[in-house]
Amino acid sequence: MTTLIRPETSDLELVQRAKAGELDAFEALTSRHEGRVYSLAMRMLRQEQDAEDVTQQTFLSALEGLQSFRGEASFATWLLRIASHAALKVIRKRKGLDLVSLEEATEPSDHSETIPHPEFIADWRQSPEKLVQTREIQRLLDEALARLDEKHRLVFLLRDVEGLSVKETAETLGLSEANTKVRLLRARLQLREQLTKTLGDPATQLVRSHPHEQ
Amino acid sequence: MKCEELLAMLNEYVDGTVDPAICEEFEKHMAGCNPCQVVVDNIRKTITLYKAGQPYELPVKLRERLHEVLREKWKEKHKAG
Repeated sequence: MTTLIRPETSDLELVQRAKAGELDAFEALTSRHEGRVYSLAMRMLRQEQDAEDVTQQTFLSALEGLQSFRGEASFATWLLRIASHAALKVIRKRKGLDLVSLEEATEPSDHSETIPHPEFIADWRQSPEKLVQTREIQRLLDEALARLDEKHRLVFLLRDVEGLSVKETAETLGLSEANTKVRLLRARLQLREQLTKTLGDPATQLVRSHPHEQ
Repeated sequence: MKCEELLAMLNEYVDGTVDPAICEEFEKHMAGCNPCQVVVDNIRKTITLYKAGQPYELPVKLRERLHEVLREKWKEKHKAG
């Protein structure tokens, strides 16, 4: 009665089969996405036990709420949003902010802040494709990410690392889209600055002063 | 367009959601401003690099426990339903 699950079987088909009661289909979905969910939880929480709890909770919630998944977003996005909510709960608990939203908890004056100017400007010595294969690069990426404010880090993780849209990121974090965009820009600029300090080729360093900027 | 204005539009440009008319101005500025060009390139590479890495490996024990818990929960749910 059960049809084979192949690597090319789509998530959507697996969801339909799981909804119809096929456990194997749900387990296959779990296997496909558990690494990504755990990685997101680790990056958000930076603590293994909490990340494990959030991972387990995410898939239990997914199992419970499977019938409510309508396929407006991809299954992966749906899962990542469940995981983010679970991780945010942990973050709020850590801060003792159970009743306060993340937006209220951080200063809402983001709009008026000026955008930091790029300081170290230089071409990178290697392409991202090469860099990603090197051993030390993950540590560098993690350290740079850890140095960001939480409010900037969360937006960057959901939007740029996980590929959620600005709208989805804003909804997940309980922020306005405008605020999400400002935070994203700051995160991108700060990470660029930090990575370029290490990965930039000093021989190509540029100074920002040119004719059409008086 | 000035460097500050370009900086403010950076997200939209990098994400490809910028208005075509502004995009043209953006590119005109970049053609004459090497630092802005490099900053945009750096930012693209930064995003690519973060996207490419998946640094945390799922602990085997977690995986086993997770699937076990899910199977139990599944049985419970489908028995009840």
